[in-house]
Amino acid sequence: MIDPRLSVIDERLGRVKKIIAVASGKGGVGKSLIASTLALILSERGFRTGLMDLDFTNPSTHLILGAESAYPLEDKGVVPPKIRGISYTSISFFTGGKPSPLRGEDVTNAFIEILALTRWGDLDYLVIDTPPGMGDALLDLLRLIRRVGFLVVSTPSRLSLETIRKLIEILRGVQAKVVGVVENMASGEMKSIKREVEELGETYLGSISFDPEVEEAIGSPDKLLKTRFAEDLRKVADKLV
Amino acid sequence: MHEWALAEAVVSTASKIAGERGLGKITLVKIRVGELQQIDLEVFKFALSQIAERILPEASFEISVEKAEFRCRVCGRTWRFRGEELDPEVREAIHVIPEVAHAFLRCPRCGSPDFEVVRGRGVWIESIAGERLG
Repeated sequence: MIDPRLSVIDERLGRVKKIIAVASGKGGVGKSLIASTLALILSERGFRTGLMDLDFTNPSTHLILGAESAYPLEDKGVVPPKIRGISYTSISFFTGGKPSPLRGEDVTNAFIEILALTRWGDLDYLVIDTPPGMGDALLDLLRLIRRVGFLVVSTPSRLSLETIRKLIEILRGVQAKVVGVVENMASGEMKSIKREVEELGETYLGSISFDPEVEEAIGSPDKLLKTRFAEDLRKVADKLV
Repeated sequence: MHEWALAEAVVSTASKIAGERGLGKITLVKIRVGELQQIDLEVFKFALSQIAERILPEASFEISVEKAEFRCRVCGRTWRFRGEELDPEVREAIHVIPEVAHAFLRCPRCGSPDFEVVRGRGVWIESIAGERLG
């Protein structure tokens, strides 16, 4: 038996110019905040931007964007709703805030279903928020969207650095593109992550200072874009576009 | 309704296979539809005929529906999907992404969300018949 969904994935993404997955391997490093805010920044600059939440068991970008009540339009597929100019999709549309414990096979199926059904249309950038770990979601991403570039997020912790070192090794092993490494939750002048990233031969895209005001801005894209966090991320975005 | 998107996927896949296998024309595509997908069969058939008209003009489509069945990974209980007992919003959510069943359904015996869809999920091409070139 043949799964027909796989044959339309490339076509569904055919008018998307660049695809950037925000990944780290570790949880709690700020991937979802970076993915959401990066999408807002790209949209603010006039780029047609999409955001896909690939964290199926713990989606959070809908909370960051204040998109809890958003729902896609079904029109010969699924048309993502616009959240402050961003074409947005998340499994949260369909789970209604309930926990959705999924095993690997289910994660794969849900991902394929979303890719096969979503009509993104013309986009300059599609940002993908990935779940922690190097499991099914990452492997499916590498298998199903070969041209994705990875924006790797680390904190200044050596524990985080060790994880991204492994992630980068995996990505290089399959010739996936690493667009660079962002240091999040930075405090003071710490050069070790920058040095380590450069020793790995990857691009250090900059650091984002720990900003306690971000918590207050969750749920409001306008507030989020006014934070120091967003200001730092704009400098990272400068290097990406 | 995303029956159109699924119909596009079926026609696109059948067309690719025809190219790979050297089939000059495709005459029959057998499709299995899982009950969990809750496809509107009339819409799906109409979409298939409209999309195939340009790409596979001589193809006919035979569709069978497979009942959905779950098995609890914790206690082993098996049970059937009963879409008619669910809220319309939940049915709609499962219709779009069947995996969200794990957010709404629980094992009727032990309450676990850790169950597998034994059968009745997805849309599958079972077989394709056609005529070779030359």
